[in-house]
Amino acid sequence: MQVPLSWYLIVAAALFCIGLYGALSRRNAIAILMGVELMLNSVNVNLLAFWRHVEVVGGTLSGQVFAIIVITVAAAEAAVGLALIIAVYRNRRTVDVEDVDLMKL
Amino acid sequence: MNEFFFNLVWLLPLFPLLAFAIIVLWTNRNRLLSTWVAWIGIGLAWILGWTILGYTWTDFHHLTPPEDGYRVLLYNIPTGQTELALGFQVDTLTSVMLFMVPFVCLMIFIYSKGYMNYGTDEEDPHYSRFFAYISLFACGMIGLVISDNFVTLLVFWEIMGLCSYLLIGFWFDKVYADPKRITPKEAGLKAFLTTRIGDVIMLAGILLLYSQTGTLSFQQLFSEETLHHLATTYAFGNVSWATLCALLIFGGAVGKSSQFPLHVWLPDAMEGPTPVSALIHAATMVSAGVYLVARSFPLFVAVSGGAQLYVVSFIGAFTALFASTIAVAQNDIKRVLAYSTISQLGYMIAALGIGAYVAAVFHLITHAFFKALLFLGSGSVIHGVEHGHHHAHHGHHDHEAKKEKDFDANDMLNMGGLLKRMPATGWTFIIGALALTGIFPWAGFWSKDEILAEAWYSYSHEGAFGLAANWDLVIWLLLTLAALLTAFYTGRQIFLTFAGKPRTEAAKHAPESTRSMVWPLVILAVFATFLGLAGMPWANQFFFLLGEEAEMAGQHLHHGDFNWLIAGISTAVAVLGWFVAWLIYGRKPLAVPVDPLEKPLGRVYTLLKNKYYIDEIYQMFIVNPSIGLARACAIFDQRVVDAIVNTVGAFGRWLSSALKRFIDNPIVDGAVNGVGWVTSQAGEFMRATQTGKVQNYLLVAAVTVVLLLALFLVRG
Repeated sequence: MQVPLSWYLIVAAALFCIGLYGALSRRNAIAILMGVELMLNSVNVNLLAFWRHVEVVGGTLSGQVFAIIVITVAAAEAAVGLALIIAVYRNRRTVDVEDVDLMKL
Repeated sequence: MNEFFFNLVWLLPLFPLLAFAIIVLWTNRNRLLSTWVAWIGIGLAWILGWTILGYTWTDFHHLTPPEDGYRVLLYNIPTGQTELALGFQVDTLTSVMLFMVPFVCLMIFIYSKGYMNYGTDEEDPHYSRFFAYISLFACGMIGLVISDNFVTLLVFWEIMGLCSYLLIGFWFDKVYADPKRITPKEAGLKAFLTTRIGDVIMLAGILLLYSQTGTLSFQQLFSEETLHHLATTYAFGNVSWATLCALLIFGGAVGKSSQFPLHVWLPDAMEGPTPVSALIHAATMVSAGVYLVARSFPLFVAVSGGAQLYVVSFIGAFTALFASTIAVAQNDIKRVLAYSTISQLGYMIAALGIGAYVAAVFHLITHAFFKALLFLGSGSVIHGVEHGHHHAHHGHHDHEAKKEKDFDANDMLNMGGLLKRMPATGWTFIIGALALTGIFPWAGFWSKDEILAEAWYSYSHEGAFGLAANWDLVIWLLLTLAALLTAFYTGRQIFLTFAGKPRTEAAKHAPESTRSMVWPLVILAVFATFLGLAGMPWANQFFFLLGEEAEMAGQHLHHGDFNWLIAGISTAVAVLGWFVAWLIYGRKPLAVPVDPLEKPLGRVYTLLKNKYYIDEIYQMFIVNPSIGLARACAIFDQRVVDAIVNTVGAFGRWLSSALKRFIDNPIVDGAVNGVGWVTSQAGEFMRATQTGKVQNYLLVAAVTVVLLLALFLVRG
């Protein structure tokens, strides 16, 4: 029995919402970064589900390639994000985003 | 060759003008240098002037005014259809004036060095300025006599007016204890304003001449056809333009030559330094008026027997007598000379009025020499008495302090016996006096006698230039009477000043003046003695130069012969004057400083002493009403004109405050402030959204995406 597309999409949407909630509500910068990772991975789920749903037989690997690219970007993003967080921590001795409002001058 | 020098005639006024500029701009701190600059300026003018005279002499046939003369044109003023040619001119009248003017000026310049106390403790604080002014003055007079037209003549005429103002008021900070005595500052102003009256009249005459003829150069103006035109066209009634213009131009001469009724400035001008009196008020400036009439003589005789000749001759003769009566009762040594000058100028004017043109110019020249001599001599006397006064009162000034202030060094009653103390000054002064009174053979005898002889000739030969014969007799009588009084007051002056014993300590200690003051006196005395010989009736150089070739109003001038009767009468009159003066003042020298004539003459003496109260009359009827009018105008100005101006101003202020209140403040300011207010409020509001927190921005973005998605879904 084949799992219908909508299930994947529901899981992905749930994952995205959990990620979004985490990114918006957590004060810890690392937790926010984790939320962002969740959102990216929910997209990956969507990409693969749609690829599997549209291209049943052979052909291109576009969905998987997309997912790998997203994973790569997410890795890079995590590296840069963590580096920023460490830099902020070194300067201010905190990773609480409520205290880091430098964008408001 | 002579044209070479004639072309240089414009240099004559330039030399003293340059001296003036150099002194004012550069050398005024160095007094010796300033003196030399002034001397060199006038000295060069003197040498060139006599050179030109020499060349004129050799060629006078072609240089006799009015129509001949060598013109040096400098520039043309365009005046619409024609051009007004301005320049200088050499003719015999100019040359005769150039004989006298620079030379007498030079003598006075040299004298001034001593008079202004060069190199002593009493050196004048404005020493250099004095030399600058007199140089400018000399420039004015020289420029006047070489002008070939009325425009430049008027310019130089006014330069002299300015200089006379500056020089009479030279000691402008001097004030006297007696408030009624005129100060130098006031005297300068008086001279300037009084001559100005004449100048305005003269300017009117010049403008009328121009409007009638379209030219102002002497040669064209005094040519036969122009004069004929002027004499035969009528301004109004039977007054021809020639008569009218001549009378108006004569107004200028009356002011400048100090004739009645504008004579009042000259005696007060004695407040200036004495060299100025000699320069301006004897030798040159007052001569300018006579020169003007002599220069315009063809215009004056254009209408035979016209009113102008009667006016000129009467004013002259009347002034001659009138001023000499006043001189009789003056005690100020310089004032006597001042009235004597007025009187002698009256002679010249009267001579011109009766047509004795050559005699008038002759007297003008001789008078300049001996009157300069007398003035400089009087200056030397005053200088000596002042020094004697300082000497006598040196040391004890406790109780003398007040008296010293009141001492008047000009008062002849304070003098006496000065011939012994100042022999050089005394003898040269006596020579000047002999020349002035017309004693044979001094200069005044020849020149004055020629005027009287001409008057007599006109009477006995049916009047020259159409004057009634009896009129000539009246003029002759007035002038002869004036000659009597001249001898009397001059004798009085000599006896009071030089004869007898010193009446004050000051006179007792008066020293002789320095060499630079005495030498000019000696040189002038030589001229005062011998100059008359140049105008002897048998070899009258003046007639050769001026009259021989001249043709005035179509007739040749009369060459005066020696008239034994007239010469006898005038000599007798002069000797009588001296004799009476000797009887009253010389025989028994005064012991106390009171004039012996004061008692017997009584009221007449008071009248003469106060100069017929002319000054007071002018003060009452002219000066005071003018001041009153000025005050009334000032009140009108304050009450009416100022009120109008203030009202307009107040209305403007009211209007602007209303505009400010009702338009500017609420509308214009409101708009501007409103824009600012709205902007700032908007900023305040928008600012709240900028929290700087990433999560806020993210939330907004997420909500927006959700909303957009919802919209997308709803819209389908």
